[in-house]
Amino acid sequence: MYVAVKGGERAILNSYRMLDSYRRGDPSVPALTLAQIREQMPLAVSRVMAEGSLYDPHLAALALKQAAGDTIEAIFLLRAYRTTLPRFGYTQPLDTARMGLQRRISATFKDVPGGQILGPTYDYTQRLLDFSLEDDAPAQPLPPADVPVASTMPRVTDLLRHESLVEDDAVPPGDPAPFDLTRQPLTFPASRPARLQNLARADEGYLLSMGYSTQRGYGNTHPFAAEIRYGTVEVEMFVEELGFAVTVGEIDVTECQMVSQFAGDPQEGPRFTRGYGLVFGYGERKAMSMALVDRALRAAELGEAADSPANDHEFVLYHSDNVEASGFVQHLKLPHYVDFQANLELVRRMRHELAQQQQQARHAAGDDTSAAAMHDGAPTTRAAAASSLDEAIAS
Amino acid sequence: MTSTDMPSFASATQAEVVRDPHYNFGYLDESTKRMLRRALLKAVAIPGYQVPFGSREMPLPYGWGTGGIQVTAAIIGAGDVLKVIDQGSDDTTNAINIRRFFARVTGVRTTESTRAASIVQTRHRIPETPLREGQIVVFQVPIPEPLRWLEPSETETRTMHALAEYGGMHVKLYEDIAQHGHIATTYDYPVVVNERYMMRPSPIPKFDNPKLDNNPALMLFGAGREKRVYAVPPYTRVKSLDFQDHPFTVEKWSDCCALCGSRDSYLDEIILDDQGTRRFVCSDTEYCADRQAAGHGGPAAGEYTA
Repeated sequence: MYVAVKGGERAILNSYRMLDSYRRGDPSVPALTLAQIREQMPLAVSRVMAEGSLYDPHLAALALKQAAGDTIEAIFLLRAYRTTLPRFGYTQPLDTARMGLQRRISATFKDVPGGQILGPTYDYTQRLLDFSLEDDAPAQPLPPADVPVASTMPRVTDLLRHESLVEDDAVPPGDPAPFDLTRQPLTFPASRPARLQNLARADEGYLLSMGYSTQRGYGNTHPFAAEIRYGTVEVEMFVEELGFAVTVGEIDVTECQMVSQFAGDPQEGPRFTRGYGLVFGYGERKAMSMALVDRALRAAELGEAADSPANDHEFVLYHSDNVEASGFVQHLKLPHYVDFQANLELVRRMRHELAQQQQQARHAAGDDTSAAAMHDGAPTTRAAAASSLDEAIAS
Repeated sequence: MTSTDMPSFASATQAEVVRDPHYNFGYLDESTKRMLRRALLKAVAIPGYQVPFGSREMPLPYGWGTGGIQVTAAIIGAGDVLKVIDQGSDDTTNAINIRRFFARVTGVRTTESTRAASIVQTRHRIPETPLREGQIVVFQVPIPEPLRWLEPSETETRTMHALAEYGGMHVKLYEDIAQHGHIATTYDYPVVVNERYMMRPSPIPKFDNPKLDNNPALMLFGAGREKRVYAVPPYTRVKSLDFQDHPFTVEKWSDCCALCGSRDSYLDEIILDDQGTRRFVCSDTEYCADRQAAGHGGPAAGEYTA
């Protein structure tokens, strides 16, 4: 009886202490430092920053430590903290063409100006467990290249745009203030900025499955990975008092531009359309999935059949957030006994009435041999009970 | 099961919660609270209408009362006295947790007394003790949309509300009667507010629906995950849907409360053993304790002492 008894407060306080011990593990093993998490689990830190919508590797490492490695719990911690932060304003748009590149690949051209840069990737590691990591095998860093990577490298989609082969993605006229999903509720029809913000903080696994479904035939987008790049970009803010933009910091981002074929209208002629993905840190799987889902959500506006799950705006955008989903799924462990009691009362009453009816019918038929049949109930009663119970657990 | 496992309902010694100065009063910053209060004013002006608002991420999980918590955070002042209940009880773990949260981020006085409270935040119940003018009840709402099981799309349901197109709900209730002989909705039972908007009263048992009607207190509803607030102002008509030949009725028990003997309150069922022995006690623990203190007793009175 975990709810009705007094002493719940003490139980809560005790649960804190048990959780602390569980998280810490064997105290004879040295505790993880935040620097270790930040430096040696950068992909976990990236995911927590991306879905936590807060770029701060230190706090993300703290959240991961506090969450005992549970990514979604860490994301939740970071999001709740984010609520308390003041908002100074909006930055200038990031210029990803001026990215300090660590990696840059294109699947649409054999070679592109600036070249293909494989960078740090698991892609060709053969996924054999490396037993040398059981001990602390020293890494063997690659010495710097003789020729540094160019500081500005055109995006592959920019090259296509020169020929008008791909749709434009210019800043809209008047450069209106952006929709802000963290300050305004999502409403429908949702603008593309609102959708992209939703996808940028969406659960990676969810986007992966949604994107995957479009490749398997539930909504067909024929995508090509025009370019994936990962590296460092400067963040600039326009300062009113100075009259110009200043750099306030640097962040790591991963960007993915997918292009898909599109018939085009009679005036413009056929050309490629875009799906866009951008995430904090190094998160290629998520950036690619995001680009696929972004494109799938554009199906209706591009005049395509939009009858697959990934094309449905409300379905995709309302269920993408893992903090929302995790909370609501897990609220089922909260007590629901008041509602359950209401259902119990109804089911008992209906079963009682049915038993009475059956007894009357037997009397009428002159057969009163069995009174035990009532226990199994009729199918309709069972169905009613089941659907009521479903509702009970749904709220 | 021994008798010590039964709820004793004695007042617990609450571990002291200290106001945490790291956080703004009510956790949210002042401009967020202002945004929420604007949404609430609109909700009060249009009774039963769901007002979208910029719901924030709270340090408690979605589905655990984040809407109610944001509403309370927006309206609470230093002089308020807060009561938090879940399933009618002040001592369910979630109620304790939310009460501790507000003690930590506001430092206001908390209470278990419905009469002493200026704000009552609740999940799944309305207190049995009648409310009075000036009090505010804040409901935690999981799904605000009464038409959601009839129509999954928000775009569609908003249109249905705009046109007051509520026939589908009557059909659903009628189908229940046709199939089962009863309306099978026992909680979250749909109501029409001020003869205009259909409203989901949050999953309170329909037993509590009559308390919504013409109540002197202000009723505010917050759905954090779904980013909606709505309201029933004091003394507003709230009608539970029914049919002339199937009037709205509430649950009845053949038993009375085992502890206080009440026959008018909502009862929880306590299973005592694996032989089917059970006992019924008030879901509203404060109401029950008050009655016992006033000398009322049920069949098991005195059996469970602190």
